Amino acid sequence: MTDFLQLVVNGIVTGSVFALGAAGVSLVFGPLRIVNFAQGDYVTFGAYAAIAVNLGWGGNMIWSTLFALLATAVLAIVLELVLWRPMRRRGAKMMSLFVTSIGLAFVMRSAMLFAGGNLQRSFDVDPFKVYTIGGIRLSLSQMIAIVVALSAIVCTALLLAKTRFGRSVRAISDSVDLAAVAGVDVDRMVLYIWILVGVLAGLCGVLAGLIQSSFDPNLGFFLLLPLFASVVLGGVGSVYGALLGGLVLGIVEETSTWTGFRGGVNPIWKPVIAFVVLIAVLLFRPQGVLGRARSL
Amino acid sequence: MSALLSLEFWSLVGVVAGIYTIFAAGLQLQFGYTGLLNFGHVASMAVGAYTMAILVVKEHLPLWGASLAAIGAGMVFGALLGLPALRLRADYFAITTIALAEIVRYFTLNEQSLTGGPLGTSNLAGATQVAQYNGSWTAFQHQVQGWLHGVVGSHAGSDFTMLVIVWVVALACLAVLHPMLRSPWGRVLRSIREDEDAASALGKPVLSYKLQSLAIGAGFGAIAGLMYAFQFQFFSPDDFDPTITFYAWLIVLLAGAARMWAVPVGAAIFALIFSGTRFFNFKPFTYLDAAQLAYLRLMVIGAILIALMAWRPQGLFGKREEMVLE
Repeated sequence: MTDFLQLVVNGIVTGSVFALGAAGVSLVFGPLRIVNFAQGDYVTFGAYAAIAVNLGWGGNMIWSTLFALLATAVLAIVLELVLWRPMRRRGAKMMSLFVTSIGLAFVMRSAMLFAGGNLQRSFDVDPFKVYTIGGIRLSLSQMIAIVVALSAIVCTALLLAKTRFGRSVRAISDSVDLAAVAGVDVDRMVLYIWILVGVLAGLCGVLAGLIQSSFDPNLGFFLLLPLFASVVLGGVGSVYGALLGGLVLGIVEETSTWTGFRGGVNPIWKPVIAFVVLIAVLLFRPQGVLGRARSL
Repeated sequence: MSALLSLEFWSLVGVVAGIYTIFAAGLQLQFGYTGLLNFGHVASMAVGAYTMAILVVKEHLPLWGASLAAIGAGMVFGALLGLPALRLRADYFAITTIALAEIVRYFTLNEQSLTGGPLGTSNLAGATQVAQYNGSWTAFQHQVQGWLHGVVGSHAGSDFTMLVIVWVVALACLAVLHPMLRSPWGRVLRSIREDEDAASALGKPVLSYKLQSLAIGAGFGAIAGLMYAFQFQFFSPDDFDPTITFYAWLIVLLAGAARMWAVPVGAAIFALIFSGTRFFNFKPFTYLDAAQLAYLRLMVIGAILIALMAWRPQGLFGKREEMVLE
């Protein structure tokens, strides 16, 4: 049983990272109707911003992480101003925004490969420090990831549930025009949304980089489909759903390899679990596991 | 500047353009004429190439038989892609097709005993012997090269021969598609693209037409996969990553939706960008290494996609009133 619990805990680690990234996908899909294919590359950008401070200037992980959040948020604001807002003004609809985000993903990923090469990098943390709690082993990185990500998930959920900002986001998601008429400063709220998306993506990148022990500029691209799967699993358009969907997907992926149940899935198939979940949910319960049917 | 004048270099650009013409023609049928947002088109290429290679190496089928079977497998795959996915809304369909294509790639990566795994086709017959699927292709190419010598003289090398073969196949594909698209069948496809409910109300079996479009489009994808396999003589799962699908999208969006004749133009532009980093043999580009030039190329492709969406969503030859991506 301990080995199963170990897998559940590993799943919470992976899943909380999925949750942070998936919340970002959901946050821009709801109000802006952008299926953001470049989300993975915002995540990678965060990881590399942290690496620059951590390895380049010898900063510790806390400073590196804070810088990553700031840098990714600034990047998200800049892209909103030079790309997404002008595209909206031109009346771009969902599919052309989707293709735009694919183009952006190409540009960002190859720009990072151009600047940093495709070397594997790792954060400067002790990989051999392992904690054992009740028979379950957690590395230092996993420990940090679980604590930080779960706190961030709770903060994000509270921010959206309890603040004026959260209300505005929901209002814009329902109807941009009605929100504007009701006195919501839409342009400013959209900027705030992108700041939140940037912060979450930056954090997701740093933690993903930490738990993978080493990563290259494809880090976020490999996360992208699991992020989409998390969003769909939780119900498209619901940020809480995305947070929960990410956690569930992480746990499903990790526990699928449990040898106690029919020998488990061979770990080489683990990435495929996310795709299968994605397709199965879309086919049989497109409103998500928690969501109610709605015409979005 | 000698690269600019060499027949070998232009043959390579031409071969890439020809292969991608066939590949993108399949997507043009699915997206431009039927309105289906297939973002997993690369999988049809993988299915075609792998089916052929496996049948030749493991089942010792003759090349032409294996190739026909590969095209058939591609078409079946296209229809299978549509069966579950077509019940979904357009944006969900798009994401589902990416996921299905990734499942195919992971399958080729993980099922080593069938596909050779990450080592690719050289590992098809097991680790102890080097597998080759293109023995009779090389013989065929030599024969064609012999004929070409008679026509254009002895400077027709193997690259030039491949160029001729690829373009004969590409033009044959377009010649098959052209009357189909102008027939009542093609008009039904366009009516489905414009208004599915109206087509359905007129008694057209919409799902069946969509499946036909997906299957035929995937058949062209499989032919492109065969040409790819013959050109490079070796391939592995990495050759079919999702990026390839987006190359086809770039070509179709450049050409304009529902402009089949413009696909070769889009493919030629793409091939120039794709192989054209050879042009950059002057400063400041000489400071960059080959990998950096490749990344620069991808940046250009991404930037073109964004620019098209911003300024010319109808593509170079499309009509804004007829069909744009919305």
